Amino acid sequence: MFDVVVIGGGNAALCAALMARETGASVLLLEAAPRAWRGGNSQHTRNLRCMHDAPQDVLVEAYPEEEYWQDLLRVTGGLTDEALARLVIQASSHCRDWMRRHGVHFQPSLSGALHTARTNAFFMGGGKALVNAYYRSAERLGVQIRYDAAVDALELEDGRFVAVRLGEERIPARACVLAAGGFESNREWLREAWGQNDNGEWPADNFLIRGTRFNQGTLLKFMIDAGADTVGEPSQSHCVAIDARAPLYDGGICTRVDCVSLGIVLNRHAERFYDEGEDFWPKRYAIWGRLVARQPGQIGYSIIDAKAIGRFMPPVFPGVKADTLPELARRLGLDEAAFVRTVADYNAACRVGRFNHTVLDDCHTTGLTPAKTHWARPLDTPPFYGYALRPGITFTYLGLKVDAHAAVHFGGRPSPNLFVAGEMMAGNVLGQGYLAGIGMSIGTAFGRIAGTHAAQAARQGTHHEAA
Amino acid sequence: MKQLDVLIREAGRFDLATPASTTLTDNEAEVGRVMQICNACRYCEGFCAVFPAMTHRIEFEKADIHYLANLCHNCGACLHACQYAPPHEFAVNVPQAMAKVRGQTYSDYAWPPALGALYRRSGLTVALALAGGLALFLMLLLGTRAELLGQPLGGDFYAFFPHNTLALLFGAVFGFAVLALGVGVSRFWRSITPGEATGPAVAEATHDVLRLKYLDGGHGEGCNNADDAFTLWRRRFHHFTFYGFLACFAATAVATLYHYLLGMPAPYALTSLPVLLGSIGGVGLLIGPAGLLWLNLRRHPAQGDAAQKPMDRGFIALLLLTSATGLAVLAGRNSGAMGVLLAAHLGVVMALFATLPYGKFAHGIYRSAALLKWAIEKRQPNRLSLGSD
Repeated sequence: MFDVVVIGGGNAALCAALMARETGASVLLLEAAPRAWRGGNSQHTRNLRCMHDAPQDVLVEAYPEEEYWQDLLRVTGGLTDEALARLVIQASSHCRDWMRRHGVHFQPSLSGALHTARTNAFFMGGGKALVNAYYRSAERLGVQIRYDAAVDALELEDGRFVAVRLGEERIPARACVLAAGGFESNREWLREAWGQNDNGEWPADNFLIRGTRFNQGTLLKFMIDAGADTVGEPSQSHCVAIDARAPLYDGGICTRVDCVSLGIVLNRHAERFYDEGEDFWPKRYAIWGRLVARQPGQIGYSIIDAKAIGRFMPPVFPGVKADTLPELARRLGLDEAAFVRTVADYNAACRVGRFNHTVLDDCHTTGLTPAKTHWARPLDTPPFYGYALRPGITFTYLGLKVDAHAAVHFGGRPSPNLFVAGEMMAGNVLGQGYLAGIGMSIGTAFGRIAGTHAAQAARQGTHHEAA
Repeated sequence: MKQLDVLIREAGRFDLATPASTTLTDNEAEVGRVMQICNACRYCEGFCAVFPAMTHRIEFEKADIHYLANLCHNCGACLHACQYAPPHEFAVNVPQAMAKVRGQTYSDYAWPPALGALYRRSGLTVALALAGGLALFLMLLLGTRAELLGQPLGGDFYAFFPHNTLALLFGAVFGFAVLALGVGVSRFWRSITPGEATGPAVAEATHDVLRLKYLDGGHGEGCNNADDAFTLWRRRFHHFTFYGFLACFAATAVATLYHYLLGMPAPYALTSLPVLLGSIGGVGLLIGPAGLLWLNLRRHPAQGDAAQKPMDRGFIALLLLTSATGLAVLAGRNSGAMGVLLAAHLGVVMALFATLPYGKFAHGIYRSAALLKWAIEKRQPNRLSLGSD
C-alpha cells in the first residue's frame, strides 16, 4: 500500500509528491491527462510571485510581505484569508532554492513584462519546463507516476481517506493529496455557475478556456457532494479578455490582446462600455474578461489605429485590417453607422495632451460616457485594426476550505489524512480578482504543505496499523 | 523621443494582416507562422539567441527567417518546453521548422549555384567523393609502386606521393572549398543586412562560436537530445570534434612550415610537434564524431529535420574515417601496409575537403555568421516599445 496518493499532475500535485517522497513516504501520482498533456494549467504558467526583502538573483529591489499582502487585499476586495495568504506570501520568499534543487531554472522578466521584474520570478522556458523538471525529479526519486489516470471518486470513512477509485480499480493509501485543478474545463458546470442573463443568454457558452481540457472538476464535485467544506463562488475565476479566435482549450498566454488601453473597446452594438484607459494594462487585463462576459453575446472588439502598432505585444492572430472606419465596421460585422458614430463621438471628446504610454498620461476624454481617462487619442490614422475578444477562463476559484495544514474539512473538522492544494483550494486566498503569478505561489506553498502533512499522516497511520 | 516616434511610424508601416512576402517557400512560411506564435508567448527567451532576436521584430520576412534559422542551434530546449508543441493544434516545433529552412539556405546561397543541389543529395555526394578520393590515391599509389603492399619505407610517405603533388592536390581542393563557402556565406551575410561589426560584437560572436555558448541551454546544464532532460555531451562532443579538427589542421600546417621553411621533410619523430598535434587531434576527432553519431542516433524524432540526417551522418562518418585512417597511418607507418593506409587516409581527407562546401560543415560557417549578426543587432536599440502584463 502506498503511503501517499497524489491526485493531479500539475505544479501543486508535483510539489506535494516531491515533498512527501523526500520525507521517505512511498508516493503514487495519478495524472488524468496522457503524458503529452501532463501538467494541467501549470504548463501554461510563466512565473511565481515572490516576496523578497532585498534583490534576489533574478528579482530586483524588494517586494516586502506587507506590500504583497496589500496588493492581494486590493485585488480580492477582502475576499481572502489573511493567515493563509500570509503563509503563501512567506513561503514564496524561500521556496525557490527547493525548486532549483528539483531542476527548475529561473530567469529575469521577459521582454514585454519588465514591470514584473521586481515581483515575479520567471521560469526559464515557462511552466512546461518547470513541470518537466518536476516529473524528472519525481521519477528519479522513485515517485510512481501513472498517466491517463482520471480518478472518479474517493472512498471516505467519517472524514478519513481510505482509497481512490478509478473505474473498476480501487487504490488504497494511507493519506491523500487532492490537487486536480478547478472545474473550468467543464462546460456544463460553467454554464450552470454563470446561469442565464437578462437577455436569455447562457454567457458561459461563449467562454474560452485558456488552459487544460482535463480540469473537469470531477473530484471537486465529488468532495462537495461528500460534504467537504467549500470556499468561494462558482462564478468567480481568473478571467481575461482573449482573442475570440483562440482555440477552445489550451490557448495559453499567446491569445492575449494587449492593445485595449491604446484604443477603444466596443460591444456587439458598436458601443463603448468601460474606461479603456483606467489604469496600466497589466493592472487591468484581469478585469476585462468579466467586462466582456457581461456584454451581449459575450463579445467585445478592441479597435486601434496605426499609431498603436509597435506599442503592444504582437498578438498571435493578425488583426482585422481596413483603410477606413466603415470598412473596418463591415469586416468586423458591426453596424456601420453606429460604429462610425461611436468613433466620431470618441474622437471629438479626446483631449490630447502629451501622450505617454509608460505613465498615466493626460490624454483623456471630456463629456463622454464612459470616459477614457488616459491614453485617449483620436482613431484617425489608417490603417485601422480590430480584434474580437471573448472571455477566457484561466481557472475557477470555487474550492475546498483548508487550514494552514492544507487539510480538507468536513463540518469544520479537519480530515486526519486528506489534504488539498492548488486550484482546488486557491479560493481560500483568492476569492476574486487576480495578481500575476499568485496561482503558482499558492500551488507551490500549499502543494508542499499538503505533501509534508500527508507523509506525516501516513506515518501516523502506519503507527496505528502497527498498534 | 523624437527618434522613437520615427521608429514607431516605421513600425506602423508593417502590414500585420498579410503575409510578409509572397515569395516565401513552405518551409519559410512555417518559420514565419511559428515565430508569430512565439513572439506572442516569449517563454523561451532565456534559452538561446533566437528568441531575443525574434523580439526585435514584429513580422518575419525572408531574410529574417534565414537569419533566425541559422541562429538556431537545434538544442531542442524550446520544443520540450513548448506549451504549443504537438499534439497542440498550433503544432509549434521551432527546431524542426528552423532546421528545414537552414538546410534550404545552404542550397540557396551555395556557390556555384548549381552545386547547391548537392546538399539535398548528401548521401550520393559523400559516396561519390569518397569513392573518387580513394580511387585517386590508390591509382597514384599503383602508379608509383605497382603493388599495394610492399617493403616498409620507414614512414617516408613522400616515397609514395611526392610532396608537391600532395600540396598541389590538397591546396587546390581546399582552396576551392574556402572559396565556395566564402562566396556562399558572403551572399548570406549581405542578404541579412547585418550592420556594422564593432570590435566587441566580433569578440562576443567569436566567444559564442568557440565556446558553443548556445548549447548550454541558457542555464549551463546543456541541451536536449533524447528527451526533456538536459545534457552537456552534445557540446562536449562538438568541442572534441572542432578542436580535434583544428589540431589535425595545425599539425598539417606546422609540417608544411617544417618542410618549406626549415627544410625538414617528413617523417617526424613521435615526439615532434606535427605528430603530437596530429595524434591529439586524431583522438579528439575519433571521440567527438563517435559521440555525435551516438547522440544523433538517439535524438528525439521531433527535434530537427529527419531529411537532413543523411547529411549529418555522412559528415560525421567522413570525420571519423579521417581520424581513424590517420591514426592507422601513424600506427602502421613502419609496416608494409603503410602505402595503402596512407592512400586510404588521403582519399578520405580528399573526400572530406571536397564536400566541405556542400555538406554539414556549412552549418558552422553560417551559424557563425548568424551569431555575429546577433552580436551586432543586440547592441542596437530595439526599435519596438512593446508593453504587456
